[in-house]
Amino acid sequence: MSNPTKNDRYQRQISLKELGEIGQQKLKNAKVLVIGAGGLGCPALLYLAGAGVGRIGIVDFDIVSLSNLHRQVLFSVNDIGLSKALRAGDVLEQINPEIEIIVFNEKLSNSNALEIIKGFDIILDGTDNFASRYMINDACVILKKILVYGAISRFEGQLAVFNHPSETNTAVNYRDLFPVAPADGEVLNCEEAGVIGVLPGIIGTMMANETIKLITNIGNALINRLLTYNSLNNHFFEMELVAIPETSKMIPEGAKAFKAFNYDWFCSTSSAFELRPEEVQRMMQEKNIQFVDVREAGEAPQVNDFEHINIPLSRLQEQIPEIHAETIVLFCQSGKRSAGAAEILSKHFGKSRKIYSLKDGIAGWQKSK
Amino acid sequence: MQVHLTLFGQLADITGKTEMILHDIPDTETLIKTLHEMYPLLINAKYAIALNKKVIKENTILSGDNNIALLPPFSGG
Repeated sequence: MSNPTKNDRYQRQISLKELGEIGQQKLKNAKVLVIGAGGLGCPALLYLAGAGVGRIGIVDFDIVSLSNLHRQVLFSVNDIGLSKALRAGDVLEQINPEIEIIVFNEKLSNSNALEIIKGFDIILDGTDNFASRYMINDACVILKKILVYGAISRFEGQLAVFNHPSETNTAVNYRDLFPVAPADGEVLNCEEAGVIGVLPGIIGTMMANETIKLITNIGNALINRLLTYNSLNNHFFEMELVAIPETSKMIPEGAKAFKAFNYDWFCSTSSAFELRPEEVQRMMQEKNIQFVDVREAGEAPQVNDFEHINIPLSRLQEQIPEIHAETIVLFCQSGKRSAGAAEILSKHFGKSRKIYSLKDGIAGWQKSK
Repeated sequence: MQVHLTLFGQLADITGKTEMILHDIPDTETLIKTLHEMYPLLINAKYAIALNKKVIKENTILSGDNNIALLPPFSGG
């Protein structure tokens, strides 16, 4: 591999006296992981690879679809149906064959996140859901990694640098800003809310810019600050963040607790957790699970397909002590009463139990057989 | 005390406004209570509160300039 500082490829940026040959060497030594090769990840990856970041990791489990192409600028129509991570890796290789690209063509979960993240210095979160965002934040806190955060909603984007060690301030993380995840449906994703491709292009590019500044130690990165950009009126709003002692208690302590934490669950409300009959079928093998019929005694049809107890919805509140399993699946005739029961139980148990309701009830269950 | 309020993201969709001026607001708790009465959909919404561009986590007495922003989390990528 040629010496990057003698390389024509980087001549224009080395000419910047703030960056120079020393900065270029720092870029070459840097290890950056981009999670999500989507609207934010694509532009970020393009510029990080172009700038000569020595090792770039790409995590994505999804495949390219036609509706991605207006904003996910690494892909073309020929890529539809192919792995985003693999295709992104190929394109970056074409742009800069002098850097190392590591492709993780898999879904980031709490079982693989720590192993993947630990090989990198700076992590870019370009994911599209809260479960991933809280999980990535917690993993970065546990592993003490800098997190460059970007997120969008319709015409607005957010940008911040979290978990950056500094002499003057305690490192702020995502949970200091938003301790609790919004409920399902409270915040729409790009699919539901819509997005113009330019906005993730701008925010993703800014994520790359913050990353390059952090690596080369130039300028002022958005450490412990949140920037919001509105693409309709070009307003920027910046605010200072503070670390909250209580939020550190919410983050799993160490690898074992992290792997045991259910992020999908944390980022949902129980009432939204309806199970389809085939999902219930799969769960039957689980240990520490209890099925509860919340219909009144004697209601037909009787259920003999799985073991269950009967606690009518009208008496649920006083009979809660009879429910002791960690996972609770409630059912009734149509799925309505069991959804109500799920709400009562989730109010009682909080997030200490997994509470589900069988969608469309016994009627749906029998139809699915 | 007068408050100049800026709303971001889905909070602007709920209220139909990106900015508003509110009067007779002694502290941030009263502000939130007033907003909940005006816009019940805000009750279940999650957001961070910034007073004069600094995030606050506790009820804060208002005096002088009070530029308050409510920022919800975004998940899109």
